[in-house]
Amino acid sequence: MSVSEKIVADFVTNGIEFVTTVPCKQLGGVIDAVEKEPSIYHIPSNKEDEGMGLCAGAFMGGKRPAIIMQNTAIGVTVNTLVTLTQFYRMPLPMLISYRGELKEPVACQVEMAVHTKALLNQLNIPTYHFHKPGDEQELDAILKYTFMCNKPVAILTDATFWGGY
Amino acid sequence: MIRSDIIRDIAPILRDQLVVCNIGLPSQELHMIDDQASTFYMLGTMGLSSSIGLGVALAQDKTVVSIDGDGSVLTNLGTLPTIANNVADNFILLIIDNGSYGSTGDQPTYAGQKTSLTAVARACGCENVVECQAVETGTVLQAALDSKKMTVIVAKCESGNIKVPVIPKDPVVIRDRFMTEVARS
Repeated sequence: MSVSEKIVADFVTNGIEFVTTVPCKQLGGVIDAVEKEPSIYHIPSNKEDEGMGLCAGAFMGGKRPAIIMQNTAIGVTVNTLVTLTQFYRMPLPMLISYRGELKEPVACQVEMAVHTKALLNQLNIPTYHFHKPGDEQELDAILKYTFMCNKPVAILTDATFWGGY
Repeated sequence: MIRSDIIRDIAPILRDQLVVCNIGLPSQELHMIDDQASTFYMLGTMGLSSSIGLGVALAQDKTVVSIDGDGSVLTNLGTLPTIANNVADNFILLIIDNGSYGSTGDQPTYAGQKTSLTAVARACGCENVVECQAVETGTVLQAALDSKKMTVIVAKCESGNIKVPVIPKDPVVIRDRFMTEVARS
């Protein structure tokens, strides 16, 4: 089973049935695996705050949601995270590609990477960082934690974890 | 007719539906006119009424009406392609289009100038798009409910506001009672 398939299997084990995605090359394999999983409704969104609105609705409709996006999205979604997801106390696992870390070929990605953890910390969002192969073993516990505490939770996955570009 | 007149007209129709209501004055007006546990009032996050409503509709079978505004739809224009490509026949998007940002002091929107949200929704691929005048909104909304087809309604009205109190309810209370109504058999 590939890492992408393992991640989606953990989604399924934790009852996640509604996943929205904004594309990232680093997460392409996970997005493909989400699309192939018959128990998950995959709804691509055009912007990450839109996706968080969809996830809030799905949660209130009775389905556990998740969002897959780049770390650049943290810059886009601060208001939504604060005034929707956190204010109404909703769970939201956020599987995030941590662009701009070691092995990053695109300089501009570093500009957002240096703010990513600081912003998540400022927002009091529990944050986990998958850096080495095998770190994904914690995902099951992270998902259980997310739906236990009804908070948005960030899972940053960097290029070293994914084995480079 | 202004937005609050439309909301007053359609409140008896909305009463039996799950409703997601837009931030600011629309939510405050509906809350004052006919507060229902089955209404999810947005206290923040401009633009996401249609996204939240579509999410609710896709996750369960009951009909959901999202009340949105022209300014809010312009804020989240990407919602219309998502709606068009993820058809939920239990979803109605009601855009009350008064051509202005009502909650912030009636500054004009582009929807009141050259941009037609009706044409935009159709161009995005939405299949049932109905534009109507304010006075027709109740009839058009009831027809959309009866059709059991996903429908986007653009109800044109005049800009203007009435004095309304803010919603004092705690967000978690709003969310919890809404979810109780979703789960009610």
